[in-house]
Amino acid sequence: MATDDPLNAFITRCHIPPSGEGRLSGLTIAVKDNISTRGVQTTCGSQILKGYVPPYDAFAVERLKAEGATIIGKTNMDEFGMGNTTENSAYGPALNPVDPTRVPGGSSGGSGAAVGAGMIPLALGTDTGGSIRCPAAFCGIVGLKPTYGRVSRYGLIAYANSLEQIGPMARTVGEVSLLMSVISAYDPRDSTAQSRPFDHTPSSDVGGCRIGVVEEFFGEGVDHRVASTVFSAIERLEELGAEIVSCSMPSMRYALAAYYTTCMSEASSNLARYDGIRYGLASDDRKQWHHAFQEERQQGFGKEVRRRIMLGTFALSTGYYGKYYVKAQMARANVRADFARLFSDVDLLAGPTMPTTAFHLGEKSDPLSSYLADILTVPANLAGVPAISVPCGTVERLPVGLQLMGRHFEDERVVDAAFAFERVVS
Amino acid sequence: MIERKDVEHIAELADIGITGEEIEEFTHQFNAILEYFDILDQVPEGTEGGTVIYNVLREDEITPSLPLHEAIGNAHSCEEEFIRAPRVM
Repeated sequence: MATDDPLNAFITRCHIPPSGEGRLSGLTIAVKDNISTRGVQTTCGSQILKGYVPPYDAFAVERLKAEGATIIGKTNMDEFGMGNTTENSAYGPALNPVDPTRVPGGSSGGSGAAVGAGMIPLALGTDTGGSIRCPAAFCGIVGLKPTYGRVSRYGLIAYANSLEQIGPMARTVGEVSLLMSVISAYDPRDSTAQSRPFDHTPSSDVGGCRIGVVEEFFGEGVDHRVASTVFSAIERLEELGAEIVSCSMPSMRYALAAYYTTCMSEASSNLARYDGIRYGLASDDRKQWHHAFQEERQQGFGKEVRRRIMLGTFALSTGYYGKYYVKAQMARANVRADFARLFSDVDLLAGPTMPTTAFHLGEKSDPLSSYLADILTVPANLAGVPAISVPCGTVERLPVGLQLMGRHFEDERVVDAAFAFERVVS
Repeated sequence: MIERKDVEHIAELADIGITGEEIEEFTHQFNAILEYFDILDQVPEGTEGGTVIYNVLREDEITPSLPLHEAIGNAHSCEEEFIRAPRVM
């Protein structure tokens, strides 16, 4: 841990100058370490990619440079994005800027910590099941998971392609909106990227906006103090002219199992590329292929990554594919159908981002208990809808995040509601 | 129920090295996780998926690619323009 980085927010410090002038001129930014930066080590928080230097920039990084930003570091993260604490980083955990005995959340915890501590104004994160929103909530900053397809994933090192998006993190909604407008542009190199640029100036008018409060988001496992803080925030939106409606999302019952089955299955396929031959830890080319491969992956991957690769392999294997992967896709369709039904009646859905405030370091040592903490963030990834976390108060001095979700490609409406809320409380 | 031999088999399929101690630990953890996943058995069948986003197509045009030395620059063992790999047989 470097002395100028007491929160261990960075894996690599760098100075990548801008390539042009634009909306980010004069600003510094940090980039999560699973987003490729030409000439600068990109590890995904993993030992297996230690020393890997990408020969090209991710699309989002090209955009930052072209718009005048200076990139000053690659931020710490749970290995390959697998976790919600950064404790699964091969480079040691990042710490929470509000209380360093606690985690900053994850997996974009280094980005959350660096912005929360005021080290930088802006950061990029990635969100597969809550990895932008969780650290935003735990560190008291703003984080947006864009609609799936709105930001190119070109150069994002893949973990679970059907779920993940690159997105902006900053101290204010206005800055998040600015950064979103920079990174959201059409890129033909990502075949899931749509041509739907985000060219928006936030508006604080929420008059007439119908906001659904999902009862399941306040159910079992949600700290009652967090719930009441979020309820108060929703009341503030009502005072601003929004109409509040109670609603239900029954598919929440299956959402977490559907999410984990899907992301583990995709990870087992994506991470098969780490064979130590083209990049990553060197494999011993005197040994037989499988022995060399197994040894290198045992040394290079941490336990959580190996658990997920193995469970994903299991969920896709003969005899279990129908029971796990196929069922998970049916559950995912249920979640999408629930969102479609609710969004035919309301404009936004609201609830807490995380069920609790930031965990103590070491508190989530059991994998299943860690997974359960993602219950409120994974539905938006399963459906591909936009979701933002905006600070809405504290419980025992620890930040609480209000989560707002919107229809596909209505990221602007989500940003506006968060902006309205932020203005009234600041 | 997953047993030790299942975990060993999955590790082999996934090409993941695993220690004896980890087999014990993973067997216990996998059972807890898979028991939780059993809730998927209760998912009603035949739901329409709501909005599904389709791939975007583009013309298949030739564009410049990485120079060879950059493309193989992260490999540990190369011979001329080739990457050395462990033997398969």
